[in-house]
Amino acid sequence: MMTKTTIPVEEFVFPGSTGCPGCGANLVMRYMLKALGERTIVTIPACCWAVMPGYWPSNCLKVPLLYCAFEATGAAISGLRAALDVKGVEDVTVVGFAGDGGTVDIGLQALSGAAERRTDAIYVMYDNEAYMNTGIQRSGSTPWGAWTTTTPVGTSHGFKHESKKDIMAIMQAHKIPYAATVSPAFPEDFVKKIEKAKRTKGFKFIHALSPCPPGWRTNPSLSVEVARLAVDARVFPLYEIDEGKVHITRKGKGLPIVDYLKVQGRFQHLTEPEIDSMQKIVDDNWIMLLLKESSGT
Amino acid sequence: MRMVMTGNYASAYGAKLARAEVIAAYPITPQTSIVEKLAEFVSSGELKAKFIPVEGEHSAMAACIAAQTAGARTYTATSSQGLTLMHEVLMWASGARLPIVMTNVSRAMAPPWNVWVDHMDTVAQRDTGWLQFFCRSNQEVLDTIIMAYKICETSGVMLPAMIVEDAFILSHTSEPVDVPEQALVDSFLPAYSPELKLEVGKPMGFGSLVKPDQYMEFRYKAMLGMKEARERILRVEQEFKHIFGREHGGLLDLYKCADADVVMVAAGSVAATAMDVVDAMRAKGMRIGLARIRAFRPFPHEEFRSLAGRTEGIAVLDRSFTFGAAGAMFTEVKSSIYSCQKRPVVKNYIAGLGGRDITPKILEKIFEDMLVVSKRGAEDEVEWVDVAGLPRRWR
Repeated sequence: MMTKTTIPVEEFVFPGSTGCPGCGANLVMRYMLKALGERTIVTIPACCWAVMPGYWPSNCLKVPLLYCAFEATGAAISGLRAALDVKGVEDVTVVGFAGDGGTVDIGLQALSGAAERRTDAIYVMYDNEAYMNTGIQRSGSTPWGAWTTTTPVGTSHGFKHESKKDIMAIMQAHKIPYAATVSPAFPEDFVKKIEKAKRTKGFKFIHALSPCPPGWRTNPSLSVEVARLAVDARVFPLYEIDEGKVHITRKGKGLPIVDYLKVQGRFQHLTEPEIDSMQKIVDDNWIMLLLKESSGT
Repeated sequence: MRMVMTGNYASAYGAKLARAEVIAAYPITPQTSIVEKLAEFVSSGELKAKFIPVEGEHSAMAACIAAQTAGARTYTATSSQGLTLMHEVLMWASGARLPIVMTNVSRAMAPPWNVWVDHMDTVAQRDTGWLQFFCRSNQEVLDTIIMAYKICETSGVMLPAMIVEDAFILSHTSEPVDVPEQALVDSFLPAYSPELKLEVGKPMGFGSLVKPDQYMEFRYKAMLGMKEARERILRVEQEFKHIFGREHGGLLDLYKCADADVVMVAAGSVAATAMDVVDAMRAKGMRIGLARIRAFRPFPHEEFRSLAGRTEGIAVLDRSFTFGAAGAMFTEVKSSIYSCQKRPVVKNYIAGLGGRDITPKILEKIFEDMLVVSKRGAEDEVEWVDVAGLPRRWR
């Protein structure tokens, strides 16, 4: 039986965020804080969200916020938790909120350290699949086939020819108690997972897909739709890894990948055979995920 | 209580007596015994603190920054490659106005690999906005850590401090150290309670984006903080002396400089050797003295200006070299005295890099050279001492 989660009404992101129209990261922050509530401290490294709270002294977040260095999120959450522990504060959730570059590239060492130390915190990676704050440069999280300013199409090399780092597998290898993927197109699933992460002691990792209209070359009014297509085309399956066990929370419609690609300018250069090979990668990953779920790993 | 201990243990005891609440550290030679000892203190319950075994020095400082912003007193220790890896976050700590205290066991930079004393690592961080204290003895290491918290946690200062121990010469050499009673330290150093901290129910952003029309004011205020630190160093040392009966010389520790024709400027453990040399040469009738740079940041400009009027020559000993310029202490000393009516001859001696011994004999020869140079001026402003292949024999 499906249980329906009610999304908390209270807002923790004030109007005035400087995000672009249709910014997926805005929704990720909004749903995350709705699920976590007021007793939360957030730290943010260099990324879009380092700019989005607004210029000093304005701040659109209704929770305390520590800006940290680009590669330092994992260390910052460890420091915050240690300070709260030593002061005897137990009921505050510590959150590291970082982009994909700040997580899978420059921040990977500190992230790994925090996970290995079992830091009691939630690490949220909002994944817009490139360095968007600096103007759409490729990251280790940019998918195969995508255009970015540093993987320019029309040159001898062309689009990005390397596949996206599987950060969920990297985190699973750290044997953390909870990891989950979330999408702003499915807020109930999103909120439920964050609430679960909040209840779980230890290091929790959340991978949030975060559509980026300027970087993905999409219509800002379609951000939620694009996020939904990513799930339905199984490019971004919704699942959780709870104490090492994989559980798919939404199977999606199994739409062809082309439905997801065709609404995005960053994939327009792909030929049919290239799209077919992308479809094959998606299909293989999906089968692997199903196998993981059925085998209980 | 008097105990025999290394400089590294003096650091650990200093941090313990100061009741550091969060310690985040990563091992590096020759700092390791500091954090080993602190891990022991925490694990035995002797020190009520959280020890974060981070995965690198950048993270050590980043974790201290976060913990300190959340209102905890923090401590870390590092050396050489570790300190320079921290460079970005050192700037962060001072820009965020966090009174973090750290020991740096000053060691040479690679390549070539070298784990021995050299001040390049410390000197390279002079622009990071940290107070920097060079120490002459293990006692001074312990005392300066306790004083540094008090100096830095003043609302007018709110900047971090680096306590510098010379690699091996202090870090691994045992000396008698007076370890003060905890109650006495508590009466001197109150608990850390910053005006602003990360606190649930008080949503604020720490380290937000500021525009060009506001950024300079933040830097200007940090400059005022460093200016205030100058006065605080002197005041806190007097308070310290009142309670503990010891002092270490303020920003510039003068030894027999009152009537000196020639003064040597040095920092760190070599100053202890230089004091003996001063005594021995004075016994032979030479009027010489030693000005030990204790605070490299804030730099004792005023003290040097007042010294300039009383002496004919200043020999600046640098245990590091800034390529394309000269020794950093030399350029600072020169810039200090430029505005003086009477300017003594100043010469730079580069010595003791990568742990090479600076013997009493070498120091004697520097004094002798300076006594000559102070009368006729220096042919070479910067001279490398005791280097194979150079014409002058120093040994």
